[in-house]
Amino acid sequence: MTDQRRRGFLKGMLGAGVAGFALGSGIVPLRVQAATAPDASDWPQKAFKTPGVDATIAELYGMEATESDQITMDLPTIAQNGAVVPVTVETTLPNVTGIALLVAKNPNALAASFEIPEGTLPFVSNRLKMAETTDVVAVVISDGKAYKATQNVKVTVGGCGG
Amino acid sequence: MASSIRVRAVESGGVTSLKALVRHPMDSGFVKDSAGNVIPAHFIQVLTVSHNGKDVFVAQWGPAVSKDPFLECRFKGAKKGDELTISWIDNEGESDSTTATIA
Repeated sequence: MTDQRRRGFLKGMLGAGVAGFALGSGIVPLRVQAATAPDASDWPQKAFKTPGVDATIAELYGMEATESDQITMDLPTIAQNGAVVPVTVETTLPNVTGIALLVAKNPNALAASFEIPEGTLPFVSNRLKMAETTDVVAVVISDGKAYKATQNVKVTVGGCGG
Repeated sequence: MASSIRVRAVESGGVTSLKALVRHPMDSGFVKDSAGNVIPAHFIQVLTVSHNGKDVFVAQWGPAVSKDPFLECRFKGAKKGDELTISWIDNEGESDSTTATIA
């Protein structure tokens, strides 16, 4: 463990050195990734570019979601600031492998998608931006099937102004 | 350089609760600056939490996640003193990583 950390530290130092050299010599600095940088290649590009809730669910999971009352959503009914709306999702559905959060009226509905490996509880809390009063949809993948729950948020100040 | 990630992980009754706060602009690509120029999209795409080399939580984020994103998740199988690694990468290829000890 200690050795691994040392390795990471050394790589970090090396990276900083290379970036510094590139900057100093006027070469466009290459982005130096940390040794443990996650892989963004399987990021669902298309799903994040799809407007509309149902189309996004179809794009992301390739199926339709059915309503479920076993998904608990905790979010404000009135958000004073649409740029920071805390959303918490929890479910009693079994064998959950994924949770997604969608904001119906945002330009692209999908806000976040979470992978829930075995041993991780089907719980997530995240803060989202929303432009206007909208439905927020939580999608849960349980036993390979998609379930969803919807709750409306009244936004008094939109989140698109940054 | 200070890490962009602040983490707090607490184990209680076999369940570890992790709260992470990442410093990142999360620009959506829809916002214009005061001169009317569009601020290009710049947001974290993937954030992972790993324990003993195994991912216990993977978040794929779009630009609709708030600036300086906050995340909370819970998982089983870790104990006090264990180390967690939290890493992210954004759409411009920048990344950061930090480790935290479960309290």
